[in-house]
Amino acid sequence: MIQLSDVTKEYRNDGIAVVALRGVTLNVAEGEFVALVGPSGSGKSTLLTILGVMNPPTAGAVAIDGIDVYGLSPERQADFRHEYVGFVFQQLHLIPYLSALENVLLPLAVARLGQREKVRRATEMLARMGLAGKERRLPGQLSGGEQGRVAVARALVNDPPLLLADEPTGNLDSTTGEQVLALFRELHQQGQTIVMVTHNPKAATCADRVVHLLDGQIAQEAQPQAPGESPQCA
Amino acid sequence: MRLTDIAWNNVRRRWGKVTLVALGLAIGVATAVALLAITETMRTDVATRLDQYGANIIVVPKAQALTLRYGGLTVSSAAYDVGQLTMADARRIRTIRNAANVSVVAPKLLGVMEMQGQQVLVAGVDFPEELRLKGWWDLRGNAPQGSDQLVAGARLAEHAGLKPGSTVVLRVPAPPQQTATLAGGKAASAAGQQFQVAGVLAENGSADDDLLFVDLGAVQKLLGRPDAVSLIEVSALCIACPIEDMVTQIGEALPQARVTALRQAVTLRMETAGQLERFAWALSAVVLAIGALVVFTTMLGAVAERQAEIGVFRAIGFRQSHIARIILTEAAAVSIAGGLVGWAGGMVAATILAPAFVQVSGPPVWDPGLALGAIGAAVAVGLLASLYPAWRAARLDPCTALRSL
Repeated sequence: MIQLSDVTKEYRNDGIAVVALRGVTLNVAEGEFVALVGPSGSGKSTLLTILGVMNPPTAGAVAIDGIDVYGLSPERQADFRHEYVGFVFQQLHLIPYLSALENVLLPLAVARLGQREKVRRATEMLARMGLAGKERRLPGQLSGGEQGRVAVARALVNDPPLLLADEPTGNLDSTTGEQVLALFRELHQQGQTIVMVTHNPKAATCADRVVHLLDGQIAQEAQPQAPGESPQCA
Repeated sequence: MRLTDIAWNNVRRRWGKVTLVALGLAIGVATAVALLAITETMRTDVATRLDQYGANIIVVPKAQALTLRYGGLTVSSAAYDVGQLTMADARRIRTIRNAANVSVVAPKLLGVMEMQGQQVLVAGVDFPEELRLKGWWDLRGNAPQGSDQLVAGARLAEHAGLKPGSTVVLRVPAPPQQTATLAGGKAASAAGQQFQVAGVLAENGSADDDLLFVDLGAVQKLLGRPDAVSLIEVSALCIACPIEDMVTQIGEALPQARVTALRQAVTLRMETAGQLERFAWALSAVVLAIGALVVFTTMLGAVAERQAEIGVFRAIGFRQSHIARIILTEAAAVSIAGGLVGWAGGMVAATILAPAFVQVSGPPVWDPGLALGAIGAAVAVGLLASLYPAWRAARLDPCTALRSL
């Protein structure tokens, strides 16, 4: 599904070049659950934003479903994100003044669907996340775990083929983090392709494959012995 | 959930800043509306006053003969008129197609008479019309109450020692041969007629200073020329009245007369009104520009504060044009509110303030065109001032925006 070929990303800070990724080549198959791990500054978040069609690489090619995504115009890239990619951010980034239902409805605001269909889909997605009856609550009125589930519901309401998550457990307490990971595992079992950035080795055990990044390069690729069977993914 | 819902939600959430933007626009619009409404009222008021301030059309006989001069105008001597004017002609002016625009019709009969052994120029006038025509007259004493009362010009009064209450005798000069040739006239009374000076004019630098203003009927009788008129001064009451049309219409009604528009007076009226309006527009533009600046800075600040939110929108697939639409929808909604409040505030201000600027009896006219214009201007200013902030928001790099958290 995803083919990254020799991807390099350079940032310029006050005229000084900082290399975030150096010739990364990575393939992710459809339905696969990949964890990107590594220390701070290893380039994992940069890699995720490149996969999310938000951060053009300095060199190399990125193809998703055979589409050269950085060859698209900026507006078409936005359309691509809308159709193909669901994001779960580290800090969830729920819009605080919108209810749970409205947060989930956000991606549908630019979809060509009737208002009823939009509400039906969002309500259904919230129910799937175990949040039936809490549609009208504001994020501040929900627990951390519930907020995480709203964020996942928002990422999936468009039924995107690819789910990207940037440290989804980073800001959550351990119980809530486990709930989110369990949800990811469940989604993966239903066939969802997931790429997750984490610095939490236990969280990485939920994935089928763990990609270790170091200094902007893939240092190691490994498969957990029993993917998804750790207590965090139960 | 639609883009407009997002915009509306944001308007509700950020009502403090939204109110500031709306208020900035409302003050601008209110000032513009108040100025324009007051100016319009002033324009009408000034035009009405100017219209009533003097004649702008002069009707004289076509005949060429010995002349009398009146107020810089050369007037054919009544004694030698071939096609002379009559009172009926004065009445006929009120029947032209544009009669509604005719404010004052002031017929005059000019003649030379003898007073205290001296010859003086006498103007027989219809006092009520004359007083309306010459609103600038500063009269010491009273306006004449009857046909035996007169008004004396300043220099003439000084020279002849006339004061309010004095009495004078006017008679047609005895020997001149012209009297013998009065066209169809009766012999003038050699005994003359006694008049009381009702008022004396303050000096105004015009021909009026050297004239005696006497009741028209009395002068006609003294000169032995009943019904005769030397000239008719007409004041047309309107801002942009079709003076040329009215000249033509009066000319058609009075074929024996020469009808002249005093262009200077008309031009002056138009210029005065135009200057007032230009001033109002210029001031409105400045105040609206300040309003635009308030919108611009507030919207730019709001975009900076909402970077993360915009980053989320972009990450989940909103196009740049979607972001710009959200910002501009918010700006339009706030501008409409600002325009409405500004229009209402401006009209209230105009109603309260107008009497301080102009002595008008009624309130300014509530013109729906002005309301639509005010709201339209507010929306235009609001949107224009929000274009750059919207563009900035749309161009935000989603990665940078999300990192800003």
